[in-house]
Amino acid sequence: MPSLNCPVCGASVEVPNDALPGELFECGDCGAQLEYFMDEKNTASLKVAEEVAEDWGQ
Amino acid sequence: MNIGLSYDVVRFEEKALLQSINNLGHKPLPIHVVAREFWINEGNGLDADFIIQRCVSYNRAAATTAIFERSGYIVVNNTQVLRNSADKLLTSCLLARKNVPTPVTAIALNRETALKAARKIGFPVVVKPISGSWGRNIARAFDEQSLLDILELRENMPNPQMKIHYIQEHVDKPERDIRAFYVWGEVPVAIYRVSKNWKTNTALGGKAQPCPVTDELADLVIKAGDAVGGGVLGVDVLESREKGMLVNEVNGVVEFRNTVLVTGYDLPTKIVEKSVEVLKR
Repeated sequence: MPSLNCPVCGASVEVPNDALPGELFECGDCGAQLEYFMDEKNTASLKVAEEVAEDWGQ
Repeated sequence: MNIGLSYDVVRFEEKALLQSINNLGHKPLPIHVVAREFWINEGNGLDADFIIQRCVSYNRAAATTAIFERSGYIVVNNTQVLRNSADKLLTSCLLARKNVPTPVTAIALNRETALKAARKIGFPVVVKPISGSWGRNIARAFDEQSLLDILELRENMPNPQMKIHYIQEHVDKPERDIRAFYVWGEVPVAIYRVSKNWKTNTALGGKAQPCPVTDELADLVIKAGDAVGGGVLGVDVLESREKGMLVNEVNGVVEFRNTVLVTGYDLPTKIVEKSVEVLKR
């Protein structure tokens, strides 16, 4: 399972091998909601997840 | 078949659908819509036999569904069904046209007419935005003054939709409602959403429990699903002590995590299997 750095506190966050771009994870240290992200060079990282918007949900 | 899955955020539902697509021997094609560009005049290079729309954002779902359809793809659900289910006013009109029992509903375009409608319905009344989910911005008014306060707040909101007042009778229900699933004309599973809060949404803490799919419930849900155009839907049903079962809302990109957890029913596999069966024809 690869580890990626939390962009908020820098802690290490484990991400499963089958993670998909857009998948959400929580940083175990600071509690930030993070989104798995893949850039154009296919490099994986975590970014702060977007906040729930008014048109979300069912 | 190659089955696209259009999504913005990955939740339990998206993972489960991808797993079901795989397990059934099809090829999943995840489409993370926020990470790619879409061209209106070109094909966008997707090799999908059909696409399951799963964006949690309604506007992303509607935009990408329109683009996929323009490129010739079949999308579950299609643009019309998404719109019919996302807009409560449209849903109510379609249900009424097909004589599906619903709570008494009125639309008013200013405070004065809203107050007149509420007096005719009788207090308490429920005021809802015509679009929105998870119980957001839904308010209950017990008397004229509280209704006027709610309407004033709504009319001061920047969203012009908030000036269309959707007013509904408050249904006296037994601390629960029903979320039933419509899958291409069948009702395979349902749950109760139990809460002491008058808003029973699981997003607001309502607890899911298995609900038997009786003939009465199935008939009602099929009528409601057919009325908004079919496909894969979540139909919310209220059990009125006086009027029996009433359809409250229909959802076009339905969440089912809690349903799978409490019933053990493999709804994602049902959705994929049935979609393949219908769309192969």
